[in-house]
Amino acid sequence: MATTTMTMAKALNEGLRRAMERDKKVLLMGEDIGKLGGVFRITDGLQKDFGEDRVIDSPLAESAIVGTAVGLAIRGYRTVCEMQFDGFVYPAFDQIVSQVAKLHKRSDGAYTMGLIIRLPFQGGIGAIEHHSESPEAYFAHTAGLRVVSCSTPNDAYWMIQQAIEHDDPIIFCEPKSRYWEKGEVDLEGPSHELFESARRREGTDVTVIGYGASMKTIMRAADTAASEGVSLEVIDARSLSPLDLEPMIASIEKTGRFVTVQEAPHTASIGSELVAELTQRCFYSLRAPGIRVSGYHVPYPPTRLEEDYRPSVDRILDGVDRVMGFES
Amino acid sequence: MIDEELVQLLTPEGLRVGHPEYASSLDGEEIFSLYRDMVIVRRLCNESTSLQRQGQLALWAPIQGQEAAQIGAGRALQPMDFTFPTYREHGIAWCRGVPPEDVLRMFRAVSNGGWNPQHFRHSVPTVVLGNQALHAVGYAMGVQRDGAEEAVMTFFGDGASSQGDTLESFVWAASFNAPVVFFCQNNQWGISTPSSLQSKVPLYRRAEGFGFPGVRVDGNDVLAVYEVTKKALDNARVGGGPTMIEAYTYRMGAHTTSDDPTRYRIDAEVEVWKHRDPLERVKALLVREYQIKGAAFDQVNHEAEAMALKLRDDVLAMGRPDPITMFDHAYASEHALIEEGRREMLELGISGGAH
Repeated sequence: MATTTMTMAKALNEGLRRAMERDKKVLLMGEDIGKLGGVFRITDGLQKDFGEDRVIDSPLAESAIVGTAVGLAIRGYRTVCEMQFDGFVYPAFDQIVSQVAKLHKRSDGAYTMGLIIRLPFQGGIGAIEHHSESPEAYFAHTAGLRVVSCSTPNDAYWMIQQAIEHDDPIIFCEPKSRYWEKGEVDLEGPSHELFESARRREGTDVTVIGYGASMKTIMRAADTAASEGVSLEVIDARSLSPLDLEPMIASIEKTGRFVTVQEAPHTASIGSELVAELTQRCFYSLRAPGIRVSGYHVPYPPTRLEEDYRPSVDRILDGVDRVMGFES
Repeated sequence: MIDEELVQLLTPEGLRVGHPEYASSLDGEEIFSLYRDMVIVRRLCNESTSLQRQGQLALWAPIQGQEAAQIGAGRALQPMDFTFPTYREHGIAWCRGVPPEDVLRMFRAVSNGGWNPQHFRHSVPTVVLGNQALHAVGYAMGVQRDGAEEAVMTFFGDGASSQGDTLESFVWAASFNAPVVFFCQNNQWGISTPSSLQSKVPLYRRAEGFGFPGVRVDGNDVLAVYEVTKKALDNARVGGGPTMIEAYTYRMGAHTTSDDPTRYRIDAEVEVWKHRDPLERVKALLVREYQIKGAAFDQVNHEAEAMALKLRDDVLAMGRPDPITMFDHAYASEHALIEEGRREMLELGISGGAH
């Protein structure tokens, strides 16, 4: 196995490079992605190597980044749009929901909306407002879109390539607080299909399901729980829409208890959907209702407070305690 | 007549007028053919309004008064060009070869599109104002990357001229010198909102601020619209960049069949524009300059009538689609929720299944 160690930022960069080498129709477009390499340097060096026609530094208007990517898709190009931050995707919301999600249908399949919207999401970087949000549920709710999230450099490297090759429009959520963390990347082949969930840790007492930046916190919580004699099985949802439920169902049939973890508030969220689906499908296996550990129902707080907002090891373990506390 | 900056080659009375930059390049036969197209799309529009009134269409967006703007622009296109319309570009659709019955599928509420946009190089209708202008610019950026000599044209109205997407598309087109023509039909009304509320300067002058030329053309003068559009498209094809055309016209009818314009505009205004009818002036020219006789006009009317009859038959034959088709093309590839929905529908017997 040819593995190498790199950060998630570098893994995304290398994944984009591979995709661009493979297919000349792959373009990148976004704000400051050329010379600067993007504010997170995800596209570092790509304009130098692929030229300004393929790595397009755009004027500052998110609706236009997505709207012109739609036109490029109709022309047969495959554009990876970079939204600079989660909180800046909303000007493009109309194009994403009204056009990107619906044009394949409206054209009876004549248009392929093969475009990617990269979204650095979630908090944890001590930024000012609008730089730490988790808007994934808005998109997961919209028919016609798919939403995925990576949590490791290996997934970042492969999922971005798989997403670019896929014919449906994909909202690609990148946990920005993990961009600089290193991990092993297997350059030979992906560990999973794009829309598959992944079991990150085997356990027997409680199934904990999360995605993105929460995964690392969940793994820490699992270590702590283990030291206290509680065995957590950890699943990375990876695909937020559609959800890959089968491995979760299999896990819950074993554990009888589950907790979902996300930074977004829980109302009408990915966690809500997981609880609804898994309760419906695992009803007779459940020994406790599913619990959602999430951000609170408030605007993302000033970041001096963000660690009290984002699910922490303690809050995850509290969720675990709550599902363990049910007797049946 | 309206404004001295207006490009006009034919007065409402059907008299030719000179212009320093534009001259009509069309011979009598070609002018007659433009006239024919205008008669047909007016008839198409009238028939569609009737079909709506008879409960056969959910809605109709009329184009009466805008026939010259659409036929002039539509006929200036080359086959390889690509167009991005709103929901009111029936004349453009006609010029692109889209069968009239396909245009009515959306209004019959049996489809959200109605035709294969790649085949006709005419995109599906866009209902959200201004969205399509960005698609046109993106498509034009693709044309540039392909090194193709093709132009892209997008349509919108005075109402959509206030939308962010429209204005962002101007920025993009200018910055990337995209081969795109912005064709704005200023029909004076966005439902009940007068164009004076959309802009304090003539709309075409906005283009200059974005860094490309804007032209105001008499939108009821098919000869002028044709020449102005042709020049802008030719310029775009050879790398000359974007142009905005403001076709100054008037929505003679309602915004849609759900609208009641008597609540917000006065009859006198409509009367003024009746005298600027886009068809009558061409007819006058054809009679005077080319000695076209009544029989030729009768022939066109018969043709329009036959089209309308066929359209009616085609529309009435459009039945309710099998509900199961709502799952088709929601995604390009397999999706668990689509499979789930399909399965449920079949199990509940909602789908006929036999279609």
